[in-house]
Amino acid sequence: MVKVGKNFIINTNDVNFFYGSFRALTEITMGFEKNRVTALIGPSGCGKSTFLRLLNRMNDLIDGTRVEGEVLFEGKNIYATDVDPVEIRRRIGMVFQKPNPFPKSILNNVTFAPKLSGITKKSDLDSLVEQSLRQAVLWDEVKDILNRSAMTLSGGQQQRLCIARALAMKPDVILMDEPTSALDPISTAKIEELIDELKKRYTIIIVTHNMQQAARVSQKTAFFHLGTLVEYGDTREIFTNPREARTKDYITGRYG
Amino acid sequence: MKWRYFKQAVFFTVVRLSALVISLTLLGILAYIFFNGYRAITWDFLTLPPTDSMTRGWIMPAIVGTFYLTIGAISVALPLGIVSATYLSEYAKQGPFIRIIRIGVNCLAGVPSVVFGLFGLGFFVVFLKFGSSILAGSLTLGILILPTIIGASEEALKGVPQTFREASLALGVSKWQTIYRIVLPSALPGIMTGSILGIGRAAGETAPIMFTAAAFFTAILPKSIFDEVMALPYHIYVLATAGTYIEQTRPLQYGTVLVLVALVLGIDLIAIVIRSAMRRKKRW
Repeated sequence: MVKVGKNFIINTNDVNFFYGSFRALTEITMGFEKNRVTALIGPSGCGKSTFLRLLNRMNDLIDGTRVEGEVLFEGKNIYATDVDPVEIRRRIGMVFQKPNPFPKSILNNVTFAPKLSGITKKSDLDSLVEQSLRQAVLWDEVKDILNRSAMTLSGGQQQRLCIARALAMKPDVILMDEPTSALDPISTAKIEELIDELKKRYTIIIVTHNMQQAARVSQKTAFFHLGTLVEYGDTREIFTNPREARTKDYITGRYG
Repeated sequence: MKWRYFKQAVFFTVVRLSALVISLTLLGILAYIFFNGYRAITWDFLTLPPTDSMTRGWIMPAIVGTFYLTIGAISVALPLGIVSATYLSEYAKQGPFIRIIRIGVNCLAGVPSVVFGLFGLGFFVVFLKFGSSILAGSLTLGILILPTIIGASEEALKGVPQTFREASLALGVSKWQTIYRIVLPSALPGIMTGSILGIGRAAGETAPIMFTAAAFFTAILPKSIFDEVMALPYHIYVLATAGTYIEQTRPLQYGTVLVLVALVLGIDLIAIVIRSAMRRKKRW
């Protein structure tokens, strides 16, 4: 039993996850600290992305999946029957591996979800757009072309737009699923700086294949292997003095 | 090595020839209709009703009738088709039930059009007492083109990247809002393709409207959706088989065919222009 500490915003209790009869995650119990960046690392197929998508119920979209155990967000199980996944996803935003802006203007990408959630005043929307784009460090690059299609932006800009779009909903947690794996090194560096800035206001959970990235941006690191949580602790500890042999083998490049 | 190039050359030739044959056939038909029909086309031909037992058959009422029937069919089939396709591809859990519905839709596409005509007669004209009317004809044609529209819409919806849905849902947007605001607009160009095919089919069919909407002759234009109308395909059929002066009306028949083809191509062209404009706006 993990106690729900003051600083934990999300806790999972003995979470199992199944694709059909295939068990993708086994008894994952961990807590995510507020205003920290937590990195989930591990070899391909270890279940880290599955686990991430389970935290805002994105796995609901896949037919034939099943969750056991509890995922507590601010102490409440998000898989309880009376919970609306739409509400959960408003509070727990997500950024995907490949930038996926809507085929709309830059402006409409940011305002799309806030409008649907009831913000209609133009001045409110305008300030929300500026604020979100500034937070995503994109404002200076796009402030004069807000009506241009988001599809005309570069990959790195698109990804920052996707982050801005998520920020516009003012979530508490942002999940990032390998957000830089489709980007060049310069864009990657910008996103990493951005993550560092964002953790002041948000809790960030990031899946990454890039161990240097995990070491650079996160304070906590969890190492997954074959659907189990092998080791979880301070990033510095994990990378300099791992307790488990498997963790050590992975971070030193023995497999992956 | 040489053998491989030879095979490639043979294969390319066959492919090119097939393309050529198909294009030439189409061009041939169009040219044939045009050269036989263009002399019949006059301002009066297009703007006045038929007279003198059709021998000076002018076709304005038939043009108007076909126009109404086609618009009617599309306004029935398009909303219904899009909603059905949305259900099938976005909401329904894939399983035996859905498979049966899909098979049903595909079978519907294969049913001969005269069967739709009889169904329309039995159900809309007689049972629902619409009589032979624009309403009954439009509904019958609408059912006829429904499978085309469902099929095309479903394909179009499948073509919308899953990442769009995920992006929207991950923002805390509900499923319905995601479908309505993101998925359907992105699928619209593809859905338009379906409706273009549907329009062509609806405008050109004779059998389904024969019992449900088409009049042999009306001098006046319809005043309500419960009126009978003349329609181009049925008018062609009448001129070519049932009239008293089949030989004399030959040029008029070709003229009517030409008008029908032009009408269908015209409607298609409008839809194609709209579609490509939408495509240009939504590139991904």
